[in-house]
Amino acid sequence: MESKMEPNILSEFENLRAKSIISILAAKEEGRKVVGMYCLYSPAEIIMAAGAIPISLCGTRQDPIAVAEKVLPRNLCPLIKSSYGFAAAGTCPYFNFSDLLIAETTCDGKKKMYELLSDLKPLHLLQLPQKQDEEALQYWYGEVIKMKDRLEAEFSVTITDQDLRESIQLMNEERRALKDLQDIAKLKPSPISGMDLLMALYNRGFSIDKKEVVVMVDRLTLELKELHRQGVTPFNTKTPRILLTGVPVGVGSDKVVQIIEENGGNVVCFESCGAYKGVVDQVDEAKEPLLAIAEKYLRTPCSCMSPNTARFELVERLADEFNVDGIVDLTWQGCHTYNIESHSLKKYLQDKINLPFLQIETDYSESDVEQLKVRIEAFLEMIS
Amino acid sequence: MISAGIDVGSTATKVVIFDGTIRSMAIAPTGWNPKEAGRNVFNEALIKAGLQERDIDRIVGTGYGRVSLSFIDKKVTEITCHAKGARFLFPQTRTIIDIGGQDSKVIAVAEDGSVADFIMNDKCAAGTGRFLQVMTGILDITLDELGQMASGSKPASINSMCTVFAESEIIGLLAQEVTKEAIASGIVQTIANKMIGLTSRVPCLEEITFSGGVANNPEICAILSSVFGAKFNIPDQPQIVGALGAAIVGFETI
Repeated sequence: MESKMEPNILSEFENLRAKSIISILAAKEEGRKVVGMYCLYSPAEIIMAAGAIPISLCGTRQDPIAVAEKVLPRNLCPLIKSSYGFAAAGTCPYFNFSDLLIAETTCDGKKKMYELLSDLKPLHLLQLPQKQDEEALQYWYGEVIKMKDRLEAEFSVTITDQDLRESIQLMNEERRALKDLQDIAKLKPSPISGMDLLMALYNRGFSIDKKEVVVMVDRLTLELKELHRQGVTPFNTKTPRILLTGVPVGVGSDKVVQIIEENGGNVVCFESCGAYKGVVDQVDEAKEPLLAIAEKYLRTPCSCMSPNTARFELVERLADEFNVDGIVDLTWQGCHTYNIESHSLKKYLQDKINLPFLQIETDYSESDVEQLKVRIEAFLEMIS
Repeated sequence: MISAGIDVGSTATKVVIFDGTIRSMAIAPTGWNPKEAGRNVFNEALIKAGLQERDIDRIVGTGYGRVSLSFIDKKVTEITCHAKGARFLFPQTRTIIDIGGQDSKVIAVAEDGSVADFIMNDKCAAGTGRFLQVMTGILDITLDELGQMASGSKPASINSMCTVFAESEIIGLLAQEVTKEAIASGIVQTIANKMIGLTSRVPCLEEITFSGGVANNPEICAILSSVFGAKFNIPDQPQIVGALGAAIVGFETI
């Protein structure tokens, strides 16, 4: 049966952002601190262990880009411009709530933008190494320790190993739940659209109660399993299944996902930061907490790493596990690392699995929607 | 069994009526109204074929204006259509180079004729018919004259791919009294460089079929072909390859 029956809980995810603003206000009144983050490399565990609230900041919409371009160069990636624009224009409520920002030296554009951002808010910068070996780990471990020291000093708290272990457990539990949810789309046909999945994944980042998130995500997964059991799905067994890899995508920067799904495809897996990349592995609960945190986060397969072979292997594995018909590599204009890496990724995948591959280079604006439709429709025609 | 393919491009609208062979074809500028252009050129092709609309079993639309055609049975992208059309005209085609008014593309075709891979230019006019149009405007010549001037001249170096910047660059060259011939040759060279750049991203196997309005110009074809170091198949009517492919898609699904 091909029909669209919304899982009831999806609307709760839609309301999460509005709801979280009220909860944050209340928490701030009680004296809790808020720490804003931009990137998957930010270890939320340490923020939680400091009794503060980790929150993802805005950076996925076109609107604030004009404000950002007063300061930043135009030919910079839209994610960096949007993030800075939201902050400078004061239109991201979560930024306004933040007592401290956590940032990392990932790509050149981001690290220079963070220098400007530090004029607007206290900012702690983690110097992220760009390789993933033992030497890099020791260096990164030092940075993780410094982040803990900064949080302790900034908020006048002491972070114990016990605090860290508890927050690691909770974050591991959240990652487990988020992975289970995404794995639902391995079902053929998937009971959830890529657009809905993306919305749920994106919006949960604004919730301040991780325990509540875990419960909600597990309920969604359960409902989707039930829908599948009843044969309810927006798709059919012939729907082309797409794996989306590349730059981070969120609500507002989802036009490519939308075009794929409006033209008869289904994004079954997002390899990107806000989705699968973050849940592929866990923090080792048996090890010394800060070292275990350092290990997990350094393993993140981002294109700022050189080499970044772990990403190629992850895409290859996910393409198989999710039984996809094609791979779309989304790259933002001005994102040199993902743009260049696309060439190597395509070559790697051609040698290994020979699946159709489409690179798309675009920004947050709507100006190229018609051109994108031609590429994406042609790609779907090619693989169906 | 008769089908029609309508390709509403950014610059020209093309229609082919097909019954296993090309029964008739028509081409006219798209102008500002893609919907009306599609309808008018379709009517013209029907008249040429001596047919009525009710004689057509299936109508397939393609090109940027495909979404504005209300009377078609199906829409298919120009990528798929070019592959179909080129293979019909030149069955050994493995690569299609198409330079249209608004975009250019390279399509790799598998041995069985299906699209294996493709690449289109970015969202700017670099390496398209529009680029040539703007440049011929500055030199105050036609596209045919551009080809004639370019052939046999040593190309002036034009480094900008962007149409607007290339325009400024050419104005600068004219001020330095570089000859029109050298500039014309340089302009064609930049198109060739852009296309070579695109083909480095997809496999470029022979035979190569060259389609789109720019292929109407024999001198430009010769220059491109020598830059690629390969012989090009040039259709008699290079503009109708997409419409032909659309008609064939329709014919196959009747």
